[in-house]
Amino acid sequence: MHNKIYKFDTKVQYLKYKVLREVARQAWNGTLLENAIDIPKIIVPGKVPTMRCCVYKERAILGERVKIAMGGDKSNPNVIEVIETACDECPMGGYEVTNACRGCLAHRCEDACKRGAISFDHNQKAIIDKSKCVECGMCAKVCPYTAIMNFKRPCVSACKVKAISMNEDKAAQIDNNKCISCGACVYQCPFGAITDKSFIINVIDMLQKSEKNSKYKVYALIAPAIGSQFSYAKLGQVIKGIKELGFYTVVEAALGADMVAFGESKELAESGEYLTSSCCPAFVDYIHKNFPDIVPHVSHNLSPMATIAKYIKSTDPDCKIVFMGPCTAKKMEFQKESVRPYIDSVITFEELQALFDSRDIDIRTLGEDILDNASYYGRIFARCGGLADAVREGLKEQGIDFEVKAVSCDGIEECRTALLKKNKGVLDANFIEGMACVGGCIGGAGCLTHGEKNKAEVDKYGREAYEKTISEAISLVGKL
Amino acid sequence: MKVTVCIGSSCHLKGSRQVVEGLQRLIAENDLKEKVELGGTFCMGNCQNGVCVTVDGNNFSVSPDTVEDFFKTEILYKAR
Repeated sequence: MHNKIYKFDTKVQYLKYKVLREVARQAWNGTLLENAIDIPKIIVPGKVPTMRCCVYKERAILGERVKIAMGGDKSNPNVIEVIETACDECPMGGYEVTNACRGCLAHRCEDACKRGAISFDHNQKAIIDKSKCVECGMCAKVCPYTAIMNFKRPCVSACKVKAISMNEDKAAQIDNNKCISCGACVYQCPFGAITDKSFIINVIDMLQKSEKNSKYKVYALIAPAIGSQFSYAKLGQVIKGIKELGFYTVVEAALGADMVAFGESKELAESGEYLTSSCCPAFVDYIHKNFPDIVPHVSHNLSPMATIAKYIKSTDPDCKIVFMGPCTAKKMEFQKESVRPYIDSVITFEELQALFDSRDIDIRTLGEDILDNASYYGRIFARCGGLADAVREGLKEQGIDFEVKAVSCDGIEECRTALLKKNKGVLDANFIEGMACVGGCIGGAGCLTHGEKNKAEVDKYGREAYEKTISEAISLVGKL
Repeated sequence: MKVTVCIGSSCHLKGSRQVVEGLQRLIAENDLKEKVELGGTFCMGNCQNGVCVTVDGNNFSVSPDTVEDFFKTEILYKAR
């Protein structure tokens, strides 16, 4: 029962999960190296293809998926990788005239086209000359029947930072100088041809070498987006399951968010000018790659993940800390020099599900454990707008008299707009909250499911926190 | 003297914040800041008996109600 699709949004996620689960199973058994090559056959047995033209292509692609589940191409620094053989080379060629063209008399499309790319057939229906078209979209805009459509590859339309193009074989390719590792393309590609590298075998190795937490302790640090995840079970059961996997204990990254809310609100009041948030690694990366002038205005606080991990390591210097969240960009962040001392590995909720099932842990059958370290404000960092609310609260609780004019950017396109305006000096705001994923972390590519209710679920999870204020939540980590 | 209070989820719900605040107040009132090093940790693996506190490696179970007595017998007496 517990392998059913209801745990995920799409079958692509399910396939990725099956590979991760099998790789994890072999890793726990210590048989991964000898059996890795057989995993495709375990997943697609027999001779009948289930996804592609033939089982051989299916298995060839699965072989690539196994490699990525084991860490992927080490020579590529990006955690987001294209599986070229899986790419369908979608033939989508930009603006095209559809059947809705009525062959009208007005021919607005022709007038609108500055390049003379539009002509008409014997039925007066429009034809676009691709050798002249520059994809400006003017013809589509003026057509009274909206008969001209822009067909883009799903990966290209998902990638709002324009990092995806086609290589000479027409397969998708990622420009690492533009990519912010947000994973939008991973979630959107209908063929699962772009995927995030996994560190699950490192995590399994870390757990095994700890010898049941006797050599060193392995802490799980869980992102507040958990409030909207694993909805088929109870949160307490997820926590219990994480401990069953062999983690010593589980701590909320949201407690780090509480700490950041205090630090960032103080920094904002002292900044004199304006500040951007530093929680979302994809947003920070975007600023570094596109707005170098704004870099000095990025909050100097570490992210919530790194902030709380730094504190945990101060109490237990030999421990290992694994972050579990909705985010593929966190897999980049933890490798940064400023974060590496605190975070030992990062996995997504998808990968956590695969780890549970690799040990046949059905979390619905487990008792409930407890997770309660952070306040409401720390927890709502998981959704867009939460960070700005927390910064306002941080100022209030610290008795700092400062008027916050916050702009909460929902998704990287809104981030871009706000940053462009700020650069030109036309944005009336002193705090820019940037979330690369639409909705905030709950829209992250590593989530099991995405839904309308996620925001409400995170808010509910926030209200359930034992501590109602940031000061109370951080009084322990601050005072000790 | 090293006193460590568990601030993990289970102990937190049983009142580790109140225990920490109590200990801090008592340590200050008795002028023991120099002698007692107060620290935190995220789990001592003994959640049933929270709030878990260790004094130089010895385990104790403390609650917000018993923090004063605990301080007198295990910290004040020994630190002086």
